[in-house]
Amino acid sequence: MASTRTVYHRGRPILEGLRYRGREGMIVWILHRATGLGVLLFLLLHIFDIFLLGFGPEVFNHLLFLYSAWWARALEVFLLFGVLFHAVNGARVIIQDFWPRLWRYERELIWLELGLFVPVFLAGTYIFLKPLFD
Amino acid sequence: MNNTLNRAFVHRRGRQPGGNFELYSWFFMRISGVVLLVLAVFHLFWMHGVIGVEEITFDVVAQRWSNPLWRLYDFFLLAFALTHGVNGLRGVADDYVHRPKWAVLLKSLIFLVYVVFLGMGAYIIFTFTPPAAAASLP
Repeated sequence: MASTRTVYHRGRPILEGLRYRGREGMIVWILHRATGLGVLLFLLLHIFDIFLLGFGPEVFNHLLFLYSAWWARALEVFLLFGVLFHAVNGARVIIQDFWPRLWRYERELIWLELGLFVPVFLAGTYIFLKPLFD
Repeated sequence: MNNTLNRAFVHRRGRQPGGNFELYSWFFMRISGVVLLVLAVFHLFWMHGVIGVEEITFDVVAQRWSNPLWRLYDFFLLAFALTHGVNGLRGVADDYVHRPKWAVLLKSLIFLVYVVFLGMGAYIIFTFTPPAAAASLP
């Protein structure tokens, strides 16, 4: 995957790392890692709250504010961003890995990927936030 | 294709391609990635768009899990997502933690989290019995 091209600079400050000009490829690589970690963190929370079903309706229903509160909605849009971005970017990496000739067009494919991501994300955001305004 | 597979071996610094584990790991990430592209995205839109998060209660989950196919779906989602995520975390740990002692400690911890959470999720998916149904059992 994209990490094959990263050069590791041990002990260099973060700012210097960000000045490395990998352009689009570097940006989406960072986003892929950040969204992956974020979604994993949510998954652990989600496994925990579903596990609470075993303690009966009172306990479980009591904890549902975690998902229906207005501030939770904002976080859910974050989650949607993470899952969708990780999905389209991962799909691009898979396609490039199995057809290595496409690596030459990585930059174009990234823009194609973002072209798919943005409308789906916006439509999803509408679906996620709509109940707040009903 | 071969080049790609070789790269999957080589890019882990300081690790000799002694076994096939990293190759299988690389391959698993791609297969599970495609599976999750369907399972996770559908789950997200189904729960938010069709059911609605504000509608979800204990009874709604009980109703949903009265169909064993939904339990199977949720188990596949759990197993693929957690394995994919934890394996990704292992890759991140490989990138930033180099001292063998710390790397072993961290990856043991990651593995422990994996086993515990997979167990918790699988346990509730397969043993959950709503109180009403439990009361009506002979």
